Amino acid sequence: MWKAYAFLSALARALGHAGPALLSVVTLIVGWEAYVHFSGISPTVLPAPSRVLAQAYEHRQTLAGHGVATLQATAFGFASSLLAAFLFSLLVDFFPQLRRALFPVFIITQTLPLIAIAPLIVLWFGFGLMPKIVLVALITFFPMLVALVQGYAATDRDIEALLASMGASRWRIFVTARLPSSLPYFFAGLRISITYAVVGAIFSEYAGAARGLGIYILNAKNNFRPDLVLAAVLVSSTLTLALFGATVLIQRAAMPWTRLSEESR
Amino acid sequence: MTGAGLELRRVRKSFDDRPVLDDISLVVRPGEFVSIVGPSGAGKSTILNLLTGRLTPDGGEMLHDGVPLASGSYRFAFMPQRDALLPWLRIIDNTTLGLEVAGMKRKAARARVAPLFAEFGLDGFERHFPAQLSGGMRQRAALLRTVVQGKAVLLVDEPFGALDALTRTQMQQWLAAMWMRHRWTVLLITHDVREAALLSDRVYVLSARPARIARTIPVWLPHPRPAAGSPEVATVEAEILNTLFNPEF
Repeated sequence: MWKAYAFLSALARALGHAGPALLSVVTLIVGWEAYVHFSGISPTVLPAPSRVLAQAYEHRQTLAGHGVATLQATAFGFASSLLAAFLFSLLVDFFPQLRRALFPVFIITQTLPLIAIAPLIVLWFGFGLMPKIVLVALITFFPMLVALVQGYAATDRDIEALLASMGASRWRIFVTARLPSSLPYFFAGLRISITYAVVGAIFSEYAGAARGLGIYILNAKNNFRPDLVLAAVLVSSTLTLALFGATVLIQRAAMPWTRLSEESR
Repeated sequence: MTGAGLELRRVRKSFDDRPVLDDISLVVRPGEFVSIVGPSGAGKSTILNLLTGRLTPDGGEMLHDGVPLASGSYRFAFMPQRDALLPWLRIIDNTTLGLEVAGMKRKAARARVAPLFAEFGLDGFERHFPAQLSGGMRQRAALLRTVVQGKAVLLVDEPFGALDALTRTQMQQWLAAMWMRHRWTVLLITHDVREAALLSDRVYVLSARPARIARTIPVWLPHPRPAAGSPEVATVEAEILNTLFNPEF
């Protein structure tokens, strides 16, 4: 009973927070709908939101199939990016001289224009899952690495001195102090990178793929169906928001001490 | 010449030809409460870093029970400035940290620490995170973490500097009472002159950098000393202050 009440009040609070955002989104959609109706603009130029929704519903099975493909590319690409970022952050933390050797290379990867590199990666890795994984990893790897390395550096010096006085090894200090210290930075990086990851996956599909929202958008555009383009955009935005929400939930679960200290203040 | 306890003899330390410690000699006998007071930047932290093994001296000797301190021996329990509790560990895990790092199994470490929670006024807070505790409670948890390691000497660095004045006085009284009961061997680093006068058996006053022992002030007053209004403590305070302000005095 008490739990149900707590859940409801939390829900009400969340809605209260979301209220202004919800209002502006609704206003935007209503304005758009009204404009399409009263201007008489052709639906092949600007479809009304109601039409986009109706078409999205009608093509829901196709969209879902392509959405799953994009989600797959995002998940595999982002997972390999996280793994690589963590391994390199370990290397850089334990061998700081490596930082000067590696970081310039990583920075250069961030300067590559996607529009040029995506077709090349498709050329090299084919039309399957691999080029998407590579492109998503390429986009998200460096921000995650920087977040982790900065997080390690933010460790409280007193805590490190304390552990050293206890005879803790370098590895023990890393696991007990440096790694938990990096969590807020890690999650800040994660929230930004996960949105890049979806965009990256769609972009690589756009450059050439058998399945995925990117190739769906390309085909819809070539068939003069902006309503279907927007329906795919709706799916990808929903996907991104869901992933973003998941990172927030994971952070809350992974860092219970921050939540508790907020409540006691 | 040699004896039980901790002894520093003519210890010197420089950083890049910049001398920080010029000539430090001091003694902490078992069961004694000894303080080092000095102006800020005088090299108090350097002394602690030498004792915790983070730094090695350029010259002089550091002895414990007459035996030179080897690097990597970790004989002393260190209580850093502020409280340095790990925010992501519950209080019980913070207090067992030293034991676990030393290789004790978590269960055994908890069994060792658990009975002390009541005495340290932390009963019922085992599962709390540090951020949920008041400043005074956090300091008591930090001291519990320090003493439970069972090391020969407690090295305590400015423990109450971050607390408000009232809490600080309470914590000093509490520490005095705890020390009377347990007779730990304590080396306290502080710039709080009142704290040194209230708690210590002996006070070493450092000169400005490069640091020497400007003066050794024995405090013969019985423990515990009243928090307020004791003319004897005030005399000791005045003596320490005079040395700090007129090192050649």
